[in-house]
Order: sequence, then C-alpha cells, then structure tokens
Amino acid sequence: MSDSTEPRAKVAPASLPPVAGVRQVAAGPHISGAPSGRRIMLLVVGALTPAALWSVWCLGLPAVIVYACCIVASVGTEFAWNALLHRPQTVTDGSSLLTGILLAMCMPPMTPWWICMVAGIVAIGLAKMLFGGLGFNLFNPALVGRAVALLSWLGVMGELKPYAGGWLVAVQNVPAAGKFDAISGATRLAVAAADRAAGGAYHFDLAAQYPALLFRNLAGSVGEVSAALLIAGGLFLIAVKVVDWRIPLGYIGTVAALSWAFGSDPIFNVLAGGVVLGAFFMATDYVTSPITKKGRLVFGVGCGLFNVVTRFYGPMPETTTFAILFMNGLAPIIDRMFMPHPFGWVKPVKEAKAHA
Amino acid sequence: MAGGAFRGGIHPPDRKAATCGSPIERAPLPDRLTVPMSQHLGAPCVPLVAKGDRVVRGQLIGETDALISAPVHAPASGEVVGIVSALTPAGIRATCVVIAPDAEQDRDAYVAIVPEHEGTGPIARAAGLVGLGGAAFPAAVKLVPAKHTPIDTVILNGCECEPYLTCDHRVMLESPDRVIAGALHIARAVGATRTVIAVEDNKPDAIETLRGAAHDGVEVLSVRTRYPQGAEKQLIFAVTGRVVPGGKLPATVGCLVHNVQTAAALADAIEKGLPLMERVVTVSGAVARPGNFRVAIGTPVSSLLALAGGLTPDAARVIAGGPMTAQPLGDLDVPVVKGMSGVVALTAEEAAPIVDSDQPCIRCGRCVDACPMVLHPYAIANYADRRMWDGCERFFALDCIECGCCSYVCPTRRPLLQLVRTGKGALMAKGVRR
Repeated sequence: MSDSTEPRAKVAPASLPPVAGVRQVAAGPHISGAPSGRRIMLLVVGALTPAALWSVWCLGLPAVIVYACCIVASVGTEFAWNALLHRPQTVTDGSSLLTGILLAMCMPPMTPWWICMVAGIVAIGLAKMLFGGLGFNLFNPALVGRAVALLSWLGVMGELKPYAGGWLVAVQNVPAAGKFDAISGATRLAVAAADRAAGGAYHFDLAAQYPALLFRNLAGSVGEVSAALLIAGGLFLIAVKVVDWRIPLGYIGTVAALSWAFGSDPIFNVLAGGVVLGAFFMATDYVTSPITKKGRLVFGVGCGLFNVVTRFYGPMPETTTFAILFMNGLAPIIDRMFMPHPFGWVKPVKEAKAHA
Repeated sequence: MAGGAFRGGIHPPDRKAATCGSPIERAPLPDRLTVPMSQHLGAPCVPLVAKGDRVVRGQLIGETDALISAPVHAPASGEVVGIVSALTPAGIRATCVVIAPDAEQDRDAYVAIVPEHEGTGPIARAAGLVGLGGAAFPAAVKLVPAKHTPIDTVILNGCECEPYLTCDHRVMLESPDRVIAGALHIARAVGATRTVIAVEDNKPDAIETLRGAAHDGVEVLSVRTRYPQGAEKQLIFAVTGRVVPGGKLPATVGCLVHNVQTAAALADAIEKGLPLMERVVTVSGAVARPGNFRVAIGTPVSSLLALAGGLTPDAARVIAGGPMTAQPLGDLDVPVVKGMSGVVALTAEEAAPIVDSDQPCIRCGRCVDACPMVLHPYAIANYADRRMWDGCERFFALDCIECGCCSYVCPTRRPLLQLVRTGKGALMAKGVRR
C-alpha cells in the first residue's frame, strides 16, 4: 500500500520544529475528546474478562491452553508480520490481543494446542495483516481463524473427547443418553437438533437448560460457559458507548423472534451456542460491521436471520461464525444503502429530470 | 417559536471558568502596531498612508473598491514607521501598516467615519466592520437588503460554543445595551420582523442581563449548549426550525446571522461614527493571568500574552481563537486582527496529539455520529487520502462546515478535518460548485 506510485496526500507531518518559543504548530482542532483506539480495545477486553476467567475456573487447564495458544499466536503473528516487513509496530494497539481472546472463546476447550496456534496465525496473518492491518480487513479475524480451523480439521474438532464430564452434563437430561456415544462431543444445540430431527423422541427439555446456559455450560466453546457474564459484559460496552446497541438487539431479537416462529424455544436459541458471544462481541467489531446506524440494525437482523435459518435448515446446528462472516461480506454494501443526506440536502428533482 | 436541536455535535469541556468572571480590561498600547491590510475574507486593502506620515486615531489607512472587503483604520494616533510585508495570524504574509503610537494620546478621541451613502450597510462598510465571531466576513455585504430574498428574522449569535472563549459573554454582560441596539439596527436595515439574540444555556447570567435590557421586541433565546451551536446553519435551525439548503445563504430561508460583538460595534458605528479599531480578546489557558482584554488591532500577540502574565512553562501550543477552529500560531509576534476572538495557550496534555494520516480508520462511526452536517467524514477523508476527489464529491465534502467535530471524536486521531479540507480544496480548484 505504501509502495503505491501515487503519493498519498500527506497533511500533517509527524512533528514540526519549534518556532519562536512555541513548541507545537499543528492544524486544528486543537483538542480531542474521544477514547483512544487502544482504550476502546482494552474496554472490550475488560468486558470479556469476567466470562473468560469464569471459563478458566470451570474448565481448568484445557481452557488455559486454548487461551494461551490463541493469544500468543495472534499477538505474535502481528508482531512478526510487522517486524519482518519493517512496518511500524502495531501490537500495542490491543486489537490482536482482543482477537486472540475472542478466538479462544469460540474454540472447543479440548482443541489441540497446535490447532489453536494455526487458527491464531490465520486470524491475524490471513484475515487481518494481509488485508492491510487494523481497519482494512473485510472479515472478522477471530471468526476467520475459527472457521479455517473448524473446516480444516473437521474430524479432529468434531470428535473431541468429552472433558471432565462436561459433555456428559449436556446429555444427562436425555433419557436415551446411551444413544449419544457416537457424538460424544454434543453441545446442547446438537442435542436439540437431534431431538428435533427425531421428532422430539428424546424429550430434550429446552427450558430446563436455561440455568446451565446462563451460568455453567461446559458443553460448548470456551467462551460460552456463562451467557450471563457475556450479556453483562455486552451491556457494559453498550453503557460506555463502545458498542452500538443496534447490532446486538437486531441480532438477538431476530434469533428470538425467528426461532419462536419456527416453533422452538426463543430463549434457548438465544442462550445456546455462540449467539450471545457473537452478537455482543463479534458482530459489533467496528471494522467489519456497517458504519451507519440504520446499517447496523440491518446488519444485526441479517446475522440473526442467517444464524437461525441455517441452524434449523442447515447441516450444522452452530452457524454463528458463518452468519457473521457472511454479513461481514455484505457490510460495505449495507453501508452503500445508507448514503448520507447532509443537513440542508435537497432532493435533486430538476437535475434528475434533466439527465433522464 | 423555538426550532430544533441539530443532530450530532460534541460536548467538549468548556474551560471558560478561568475568564468568564474577568471584566474586560483595556490593554495598553504597545510600542508598535502592525495593522494588516487584509484582516477579512475578500480583497485586501491598499495602504492610503506612507512611511513618515502622521495618523490620528480612526483615520482611514487602507481601502479598496472591491465589494467584498473592509477598510482599515488607524487604531491609535502616531507615526507610520513603515509599510511592510508581515506574517498575520492566518499564517500568510500581508501588507501591514506599522504605526508607532504617540506616548501621550487621548485613547477615546477618534476621527468619525464618513459613509459614502445613507444606510446601515454603507456605515458598516465605512467602519470596516467584519464578523467578529471569527470568520471576519465583511459585515456590510450581509447588511444590504436583497430584493429577491426578504429577511424576516435577524439572529444575533451569542452562543460562543468554543471552549475557553468568553469575550462575547463579557460583552453581553457588560454592554447589553450596545448589543440590543445593534440588533435593532440590523433588523431595521433588512426589514426583519423578528429579532433574536441566541445564547447557549451555559451563560444564564448573560441571558438574564440581556433579557433585562431587551426592548422593542428583541427576544433573548436560550439555546442548547452543544458545539457547534454557534455555526450559522445549526443556529438558524435552533432558533427557527428552518434548514438552509446546501450551498445556499441563510437569506434563502429569510434569516440573517451576526455575532453579538459585531452588533455592538455596528451600534457604535451608527450612533457614534466609531470605526472598528479595537476588539475584545479572551486570553486563556496556560497563561499566568487569564482575562478578557479590549485590544487595539495590530497589537502583537506577544504583548497581549505579556499582559496576561506570560505563558506558563508548560504551554506547548498557542492558538488564535477557540481550540476547535483556531489557527495555530507559529510566531507570537503576529498582530491581533479583527477576527481574533481569543489567544489560547494549551499544554501538551490538553492539546490534541499530533499524528499523521497513516493512522488507520477503524470504522467506529463516531465521526458519522458527531457530524452536525450529517456527513460521513471517514469516507470523505479516506477518498481525500487517496486523492480520489470524485469520491469526496459523492460524499458531499463541500457541505462540510469545518467545525472539527470529526477530528475531535476520532479514536485513532486521524486528521479527518484536514483531509476533508484537502478534498474540498481540490474540488473547488476543479471548479466543482456545491
């Protein structure tokens, strides 16, 4: 990008020599008042911390390994990329740390360490740095990392051994638990899908899953242990105006409404799987979501639509990753739907006729 | 009939407490007055005096025939010691008449103006009046009644929405009669039926004082404290609910806006024949003794800073005006000009960090939310950064009022306003009209 033959319009030199006793001469405005980019990243990290710590407490060492590998791979890739290409170092902006944490939270707890590392390298190297770094990526890096890991090692990721009874907890409410030996890595969503496919033969009580999903869900990705803590973190981000409420509301609202329309339990469908994590922390990624308010609502609704439709009519019960990635690709087009009309804009009626 | 609250805007810390209680002091005359011949938007004046001439206070020393211009008067009696090319606060060189004021002089005596024609406009022109809010647009041009666009509402802008500045606040408190007289003169000149003085609600004392002094139907309207409330289009919307169409003048919706200090100066010009030779300047920020000073035009900023006790050691940046729209001062010996509302010294912590345009846009949308013109500053800036001027045009770059809200809220401190200005400049150079 910097090799472009056309010089970019430089408007502000990084520093100017002192003039006549005054040390700084810079163009206005001369004050600034927004939280810095790094502060925003760290606020999001802070909002995720309770849920992350709780997942480590509940899942133990495997979760620690997943977090460590994802974070080291993400931050390390950004560092190495910049170092090898002699670019200004950007790891301190906090965005790759956030990507590492988010990536870990959407990986299953028993994921082998090397898959976590590859996912982290792909997330930052392929999905972010190759596009030009922070601000230029089209797709959410953490979700690209997860998608690549999932699809590359479908067998490994799909046949993970149940951890410390965690997966067994998921199926213990199912009378015919023995039937689940073949899919021992079943999440509640998978059980619900199997139950649905079997016409309710397993009598899987969705409402009975609420407490586990909210507070201690060991049958799912690392970050999905407590939906309650994720919701609290998300509401915190909305309260401190880091996150626009339109995306989570559009997303979760659509998931609830549509799954109700499909005859399922709306609350279960919101709490189970990655919807809460995705709606508050993944879909709200600034870079890969629309920039206009209306666009964000459309984006959130779109995520919810894709998520629920594929959940009920697709091959996999858990499609949050692909729902958000799909909408990431549409985000620039959604933005184009909502071009600004400036204050004082007058509909150019006469001009349109003249051109016609 | 109150109007609406404009969309967007910001709420910067106002930092007015240091000077809003400081009565206006008259600054002493410096050794040298450097009076630029171009202190306004429009054609520069031609000096009417030569080195060695004696001038008396109020004497016309610069004039031009151009329609959009404002003559310049001697701010003090003394000797012309040179006609030089000197740096002005705008950062460009201009022809300046340098006057050595007499040591002993009556600072209240002056030569009254001689308008060429009857009427408020010609008087404003003869008095060298420009918009004292900062834009320095020749006031007379706006005071000539237009035939096709009758004006029904005159709005005096007493918002002073920029942080630090309190000069308009003090003028409203100390000379409410002058402000109201000026408002009525303007209303009569253009035949307006409604005269409103709009003041942000963070100045309740000014609102109360003006209301106490108001007569002949002058309304004093309290408007929401939010930057840029004092921007012309936003203020018209707040007062009348009318929206000025893009690229059009306020007269299109029957409005005329003048600053409160301009109105007070107009009243002096009409009633006393007083030309514009002084203005009130707020000196604030990292100075030992912040205050408001009535300063002779041409006084070096350095003298004014000395009067305010000098810069404190942590002063890192000195600017001419409010921090959102001010010009930075590289040279502190530049003169005070008609449009200079303040001299503010910022410490390194207070001043916006200096960054370059390589900072990435993270598409957070804060600039979109803050833009009072409902633009997409990030998009205009991205196109300008890549010299894709047609993109700037498609995103309405020319509608930008350069308030700086976008830069203020940008988390990665992208120089959005500068990039947008670059785009606007390129479009205007290409002849693109709004």
